Amino acid sequence: MARRSKIVGGFDAAVADIPDGATIAFGGFALPGSPFNLIAALLRQGAKRLTCIGNTTGGAHKPRNPDIGMLVENGQVAKVICSFTAAPRASDQLPFTPFYERGEVDAEIVPQGTLAERLRAAGAGIPAFYTPTAVGTELAEGRETRIINSREVLLEYALPADVALLRAHQADEAGNLRFRRAQRNFGPLMATAAKLVIVEVEEPILPAGAIDPDDVHTPGIYVHRLVQIPPDGSWPSRKEATP
Amino acid sequence: MSWTRPQMAERLARELQDGWIVNLGVGMPTLICDVPLGDREVIFHAENGVIGFGPVAPPGQEDVNLVDASRRHITLNPGAAIVHHADSFALIRGGRIDVTVLGSYEAAANGDFANWKVKGAKGGVIGGAMDLAACAKRVFLMMEHRMRGGTPRLLARCTLPITARGVVTLVVTELGLFSPTGESFKVHDLAPGVGLDQVRAATACPVTE
Repeated sequence: MARRSKIVGGFDAAVADIPDGATIAFGGFALPGSPFNLIAALLRQGAKRLTCIGNTTGGAHKPRNPDIGMLVENGQVAKVICSFTAAPRASDQLPFTPFYERGEVDAEIVPQGTLAERLRAAGAGIPAFYTPTAVGTELAEGRETRIINSREVLLEYALPADVALLRAHQADEAGNLRFRRAQRNFGPLMATAAKLVIVEVEEPILPAGAIDPDDVHTPGIYVHRLVQIPPDGSWPSRKEATP
Repeated sequence: MSWTRPQMAERLARELQDGWIVNLGVGMPTLICDVPLGDREVIFHAENGVIGFGPVAPPGQEDVNLVDASRRHITLNPGAAIVHHADSFALIRGGRIDVTVLGSYEAAANGDFANWKVKGAKGGVIGGAMDLAACAKRVFLMMEHRMRGGTPRLLARCTLPITARGVVTLVVTELGLFSPTGESFKVHDLAPGVGLDQVRAATACPVTE
């Protein structure tokens, strides 16, 4: 059976058509699942006025890998939607933070579980939901809450994206993905929430059918482009260089 | 005298009950998983979807794809499982977490706490704390009793933007173990050599025995 291959020859080709103004979801929690190679390509590609969705803008740790903060420094970002807009440790600083404080980039801070559920909802056709998270806090000021089952809950809207940039451990030509360990994090959610899903893959891409259907984490129907991380690849896939 | 951070972790770990599912926040709380628990078995959950993690990996055996909420390279205990972020927070909101142990800037006698935004900052550090605080069965805080300049962090009401309302169960500091009662902090334990007067002087609301 003929099959249109989802394999793209390189990172630059994979991100070439991302337009100015796109909303992009970036997989990853700390290093696992972060699409370093695709971010590096997006830095070269230069799309502007981006809205970037991710757990954090990154860059508080050395050695630094490509992150949303670098896109900010490169003048490509209008807004970020993240669960961190400052560094977790007071002694660290996110490269993004001064841009935010000067008003050059907008930010929406979202509790991590709400961020995950807003992405899941977008992929699942649920336009909005209520959650107990953030009730009574500054984030809920002026927003709709209801009492449901005697508990005050906050209205949150689905968060769709135009593009998702992800990293997976294994893929087959049909686009089926498997993640390794904590690399899974936001990947499966962002894949369902985005219209265009581009994945950098650690292991050699397998023929369709090589991943047992029972073992697929993200079905290939959600995935549009796969790029094999070359052996000389940017950033270790097994073990990071510890500072 | 006062407790060191490992001693604070040890004291708080005595409150963990057999069979609990325990979430550990960034920073100081991670010390808890180094404390031997004897006969008690608890399951550690990390917000990035790791259920059933064990100690930090020995040098040279780190797995780049296996970290906890504090980016530490952890190991998996037999029976561990991995889920994606939406499922990880589904189990948090679904009430499966018996206790979350979080760091904090401030804790209040009314059970509020504040751990995501410092004074004057535009940005914040929420991570999973608001979901955990709103939905875990218990919230334990592990924190310094005072700021570096001596200003109390245990107060009648928080001065910083809060993380959640009225959820704090226990607070361990270098001076002792306390619980908010509404208008005061009740003392459950004091570090060796620490007196009630010293705690009262370091606390900006009533302290009761």
